[in-house]
Amino acid sequence: MTVIEARGLRKAFDTTIALDGINLRVEEGRILGLIGPNGAGKTTALNAILGLTPYQGKLRVLGRDPWSERDRLMRDVCFIADVAVLPRWMRVSQALDYVAGVHPRFDRAKAEAFLGKTTIQRASKVRELSKGMVTQLHLALVMAIDARLLVLDEPTLGLDILFRKQFYDSLLTDYFDRSRTIVVTTHQVDEIQDVLTDVMFMNRGRIVFDCSMEEFESRYLEVMVNPERVAAARALKPMHERQALARSILLFDRVDRHQLAALGEVRTPSIADVFVAVMGNEAGQAQGAAR
Amino acid sequence: MNTQSNAIPESSLESHVIAATSLSAPRLFYWSVRRELWENRSVYIAPLAVAGVILFGFSFSTIAGTWEKALRLDPTHHEAIAMPYDFAAALLMGTAILVSVFYCLDALHGERRDRGILFWKSLPVSDLMTVLAKASIPLIVLPLLTFAITVATQLIMLLVSTAVLAASGLHAWTLWTQLPFLQMSLLLLYHLVTAHALWPAPIYCWLLLVSGWARRAPFLWASLPLLAIFGVEKIAFHTSHFASIVGSHIIGAAPAIARTGPDMFPMDPMAHITPAEFLSSPGLWIGLVVAAIFLAAAVRLRRYQGPI
Repeated sequence: MTVIEARGLRKAFDTTIALDGINLRVEEGRILGLIGPNGAGKTTALNAILGLTPYQGKLRVLGRDPWSERDRLMRDVCFIADVAVLPRWMRVSQALDYVAGVHPRFDRAKAEAFLGKTTIQRASKVRELSKGMVTQLHLALVMAIDARLLVLDEPTLGLDILFRKQFYDSLLTDYFDRSRTIVVTTHQVDEIQDVLTDVMFMNRGRIVFDCSMEEFESRYLEVMVNPERVAAARALKPMHERQALARSILLFDRVDRHQLAALGEVRTPSIADVFVAVMGNEAGQAQGAAR
Repeated sequence: MNTQSNAIPESSLESHVIAATSLSAPRLFYWSVRRELWENRSVYIAPLAVAGVILFGFSFSTIAGTWEKALRLDPTHHEAIAMPYDFAAALLMGTAILVSVFYCLDALHGERRDRGILFWKSLPVSDLMTVLAKASIPLIVLPLLTFAITVATQLIMLLVSTAVLAASGLHAWTLWTQLPFLQMSLLLLYHLVTAHALWPAPIYCWLLLVSGWARRAPFLWASLPLLAIFGVEKIAFHTSHFASIVGSHIIGAAPAIARTGPDMFPMDPMAHITPAEFLSSPGLWIGLVVAAIFLAAAVRLRRYQGPI
């Protein structure tokens, strides 16, 4: 079943085009990483999906129009928009009471159990908690909601690596199952490479790359080549090349693995490497077009 | 064919799921109002603090004998007896107005300023429900709370004077017969509902609307346009109708809630009230329509608003 479907999704602010006709389809049970530079339109796309901003074009989330049916959609959709959105005046116990009061699918016992594993006190106010604890609290609230779509916009921004690791571990072990769908944006791409089932790159309001992780792993290969073989490797038309420790690392798209193995050590590239390559080529094309 | 046969069970299943998982509107409203009271504790702390100050002052003056003298001088003159009670009610109502104004100016501004709006919008509570819950604070919660606190304060005042009178060997029952306590309370409730909720509703709703719209300084944005309209009207037409209309709604001096005389105070006996006149005054209904328009605009605005 299709969870998110967008066709020709557009959104323009006063002077900039944030979304330039996006087509998007996310099926149930996927974990999609939406990667892009700052200002690429990721947050705008998520805001449109969550019914937080009006848009042009067609958009359906769980069969609903998010802009006109936000409150009904939020029974099935959860989001963590940034680390600091829990109201600072609120007590932990009040957050639990309130969500239990207004959300039909909130399982309080589950949230309490998750909080029990942390050092968060029920009587504390959000403003007294550390950044990591606020995220833990928010995650506890969200994971206790039996939602079908979870949207995370930079959920681990400003957290240390231990918290980030723990965040995604909790999400995968305690929350995710095949009937749920997660869409996540982050700048810490490599940390979520193993978590994702799909990856999408955005740049200047467009989706410039869209690939499942299975396809990603079979399509993209990286070879470490010694200087004497660089010319031979370049002949196979790498999409990107960089230097590391006197060797060249060349990134290939759809080139036979055996052919590459003859040139040097072959491995699956990180999403970040492919991202840099795709964005670099994008920029080159844009410059070429400008000339 | 296939899609059609599939569509029917799916949609009926969906409506079944929605029926099973939706919460009743009163429940959402209840939690929305509770949430407002958690955030804005001044709504009940301010009147309670004022009540405490009143009780302290009254006990002091009673024990010092000021009112006792008044009683002894002229026990049949109920206005002198009722005076401190009226004064207490007036102070508490003034507090309620101040709290309402500051609450309204922050209600839809604070949640955008602290980015909490993103959390509230991540929950299945509609903008309409949120704005109605916020509007209910100055229009329902505060008047009722003021009523309860005022009556409780007056009752304690009455008990304190009874105790002091009894201790000094005076006839405490004079006080109870002279003070029309039930009448006073009913009149207070009437006054709060008419002059503190229904009549100034457009003002409170205007403040709510501005708090949802202004990026900063909602108080300035709420007052400057009104001043500008006063000014333009005065200069262009040499009249001040707008000022007098807005002014009357701000001061809460609904002309028709009671017959006014030179010695009138809102706490005066029930005989003076004119509910029929109040309910049939066009000023009230026009005001309520304007209030509803402001609220509808605030609901619509909240859909578009995010953190500032």
